[in-house]
Amino acid sequence: MSRTYRDEAVVLRTHDLGEADRIVTLLTRGSGQVRAVAKGVRRTSSKFGARLEPFGVVDVQLHLGRSLDVVTQADTLAPHGRSIMADYSLFTTATAMVETAARLTEVEREPATQQYLLLAGALRALAERAHAATLVLDSYLLRALAVAGWAPSFAECARCSRPGPHRAFSAPMGGAVCGGCRPPGAAAPAEETFALLGALLAGDWAVADRSDDRHRRESSGLVAVYLQWHLERQLRSLRHVDRTGAARVDRTLDPAVAIIGRTA
Amino acid sequence: MSAAYEGAVADLIAELGRLPGVGPKSAQRIAFHILSTDSDDVARLADALIQVKARVRFCAICGNVAESEQCRICADPRRNDTQICVVEEPRDVVAIERTREFRGRYHVLGGAINPIDGVGPDDLRIRELMTRLASGVVTEVIIATDPNVEGEATAAYLSRLLGSMGVAVTRLASGLPVGGDLEYADEITLGRAFEGRVRLDA
Repeated sequence: MSRTYRDEAVVLRTHDLGEADRIVTLLTRGSGQVRAVAKGVRRTSSKFGARLEPFGVVDVQLHLGRSLDVVTQADTLAPHGRSIMADYSLFTTATAMVETAARLTEVEREPATQQYLLLAGALRALAERAHAATLVLDSYLLRALAVAGWAPSFAECARCSRPGPHRAFSAPMGGAVCGGCRPPGAAAPAEETFALLGALLAGDWAVADRSDDRHRRESSGLVAVYLQWHLERQLRSLRHVDRTGAARVDRTLDPAVAIIGRTA
Repeated sequence: MSAAYEGAVADLIAELGRLPGVGPKSAQRIAFHILSTDSDDVARLADALIQVKARVRFCAICGNVAESEQCRICADPRRNDTQICVVEEPRDVVAIERTREFRGRYHVLGGAINPIDGVGPDDLRIRELMTRLASGVVTEVIIATDPNVEGEATAAYLSRLLGSMGVAVTRLASGLPVGGDLEYADEITLGRAFEGRVRLDA
């Protein structure tokens, strides 16, 4: 059997290793999450250059190692990193996406082709500024959770399937809940927010792009709560996502904290 | 590994093994090297370790390593006060000093923004930089963070933050490494090299 294999991959994150090497965490198309060593990548004369930087989509050749594989060749398919790293909001948004992808594909070498395609598509939308960054992030988070088996429900009641629209939202229950199933302390978002969440999950961009800021903020808060409830831990980068857009730098209230504070 | 030895040797191997890049085998090798050297040499090493923790601290102004309140560069009156070069680590100050190109002051951030590791803008010495700029003496801030995704994002954050303060914000150029081959340059580097091309005057 050949000891080398080739695959497409998104670079999720990198860790420095030793003097000039790095461990790159890749989400590959065919074999899920793979951690591989890129030798000498931190040297200015490295043949890899910026190809193995986070957010890039690459065509890599890997050599099977005992504990970690070794990257032998890498070619860029889509250099998303370039436009993402030049904009602080895009960078923090993309970081939250790759951290989620890393968490959802934690079992190494378990194929996760759908997660790969979803992440590659979301990074492209972000890099090309196809839609507002927070919408791309929330849509990605909802769909990634759905692929992983935690699909939320925004129309019918998540518990008894009674057709909606409903007025209450509960992350532990799995989305919208009807008056009868509603647990104490459930959030009560606006009707437009439910419509926006449904559009983000379905990928209905015509509806999502028309939404206004207030509902976007509210849905971001709900998505953050839903995500962290089902992942059963905090997403470290979500707190740092810069949702202020390009012009302003003032700190807005973290939506996750605001919602959790209200329901607790 | 260290369990096979007793007492002091085991302790030494365990402590050495905690250093970066030192595995169990290397720790064992260093420990036996120390055992076989003169007591004077070992005392010098032990003294150097204790002295470095006792004497070295961080410069109150720029955050570089220093042996007094201010580092040697901040205390030097001959340096240009109007330029500040922002770097990630004290090691980067040394790298830039070696070029002898820059005669201004430095500011060490202590890392780069890296949300996955929980490092946000508030964890870096950005507030201290703003305080230094408030006096109005500085006319140019040169951002010299690493040319990787985290360093570039930190540069983007700083340029947005400093944009309204009336100082010129510049970034170190990136492009083709001297001594390399064009065909091996990656798309991002080559693209940046094109953007930053310079006119050749006859």
